[in-house]
Amino acid sequence: MDAPRAIVIGCSAGGLSALEQLFAQLLPSLPQPIVVCCHTGSSTVDLMCELLARHSTLPVVEATERSTPLGGTIHVAPSGYHLLVEATGRFALSVDERVSFARPSIDVLFDSAAEAYGDALIGVVLTGANRDGAEGLACIRHHGGLAVVQDPGDAEAPTMPQAALELAGADHCLPLAAIGPLLNRLCLP
Amino acid sequence: MSPSAGQAPPVDHALEDIEVDLFVRALKLRHGYDFSQYAPASLKRRVLQLVHSQHTGTISGLTHRVLHEPAFLPEVLEGLSVPVSEMFRDPEVFRALREQVFPVLASYPQINIWQAGCAHGQEVYSLAILLEEAGLYERTQIYATDFNEAALRHAQEGIYPAREAQLWSRNYLAAGGSHTLADYYSARYELIKLDQRLRRHVIFANHNLVTDEVFCEAHLVLCRNVLIYFSDPLQDRTLALFRDSLVRGGYLCLGTRESLDFAPSAIDFTPVNSALRIYRLGSRSEGVD
Repeated sequence: MDAPRAIVIGCSAGGLSALEQLFAQLLPSLPQPIVVCCHTGSSTVDLMCELLARHSTLPVVEATERSTPLGGTIHVAPSGYHLLVEATGRFALSVDERVSFARPSIDVLFDSAAEAYGDALIGVVLTGANRDGAEGLACIRHHGGLAVVQDPGDAEAPTMPQAALELAGADHCLPLAAIGPLLNRLCLP
Repeated sequence: MSPSAGQAPPVDHALEDIEVDLFVRALKLRHGYDFSQYAPASLKRRVLQLVHSQHTGTISGLTHRVLHEPAFLPEVLEGLSVPVSEMFRDPEVFRALREQVFPVLASYPQINIWQAGCAHGQEVYSLAILLEEAGLYERTQIYATDFNEAALRHAQEGIYPAREAQLWSRNYLAAGGSHTLADYYSARYELIKLDQRLRRHVIFANHNLVTDEVFCEAHLVLCRNVLIYFSDPLQDRTLALFRDSLVRGGYLCLGTRESLDFAPSAIDFTPVNSALRIYRLGSRSEGVD
């Protein structure tokens, strides 16, 4: 794989606290944009961004339509929309049908990011109680990108990482505490 | 989706992109529908969904049917427009329309509203209900347009799955509705049907934002979550179309996550409520307020 140009992360049940832990571990000098799709029940992600920012070493913002993801910044998919990355590297939104009952859908984000970034992408699947993200992670691997999955035994809700392992497999399957250091190593060679 | 479903052959994504291109060209040359200025990532997803639902195997299989089976076109258009909405989606927007926009509209003897890209009509009925409750509906004309004939028919019928009613009722109250939503529909089996009296000031018409021109003189244009599917130039062209359709000081309401950062025509609009993407035609220096 080429030097990674972006990191995409998917999670659901238990995702907020997992992300809090993960973002506290990342080095503030990470040059890649990080894009997060986390299923929440709420109508906006304002509060989630605020909570994540408290623990994060990097700024946390809601991903905005048509913008280009910024390096060293965490972009969170808005509630109620699918978030996609165009081939130009810019964000796009859609209100198409839910995919696996979810909007935003991790699969939609991962599929489009895989096409946009090719093998220069890292996909991360964390805790969650459904199967979203498994197909997307397979798509990332198919494009030569790198797959990181939280060890289901370590996840608050194991279904999502388990489904990702079964469908896509992983280059790294680790407890949450080891994922931040791994991303730092991969992104800051 | 089970892992036991067997390994599909690897997909050649570069080849798929070529096929999408050819499909888009075929639709345009054969039927005059131009999707070339649609945002590519979502368009490709929709095309692949059509391949799946129509069992054509490949995108080229879909293109073949588009070229050789005229009767196939409506299904393709339906698949490419994927009209998903809900009544009073983003209730705070409808509340803002009621509280910030309606009082100004009330000063006009006749109110024209253009709902551009009305899809299955959920927002048309939402708007009609709020106008009714504000006492403005008798002097309002709503033009509800879409390029998808099947969607327009659906919108005219006003029939939706009953499972939606609970969410929509909550939305309605959050939007500041003064009755209960159930006053406006009848439920039967698994379906609800909106009171057809709400349609009395609605004209449903076919209009394609990509190719068609100014449609009416409007005091308010609603076009929520339609431009998100358009490229920058098409988004800009459409905003110019809205500008040319609006009376001076007229209102434009877009989806709450839409960005105008790449549209030069946005300069003609002044935010009234920027968080909710409600704008007014006219620059600040002209003092539209």
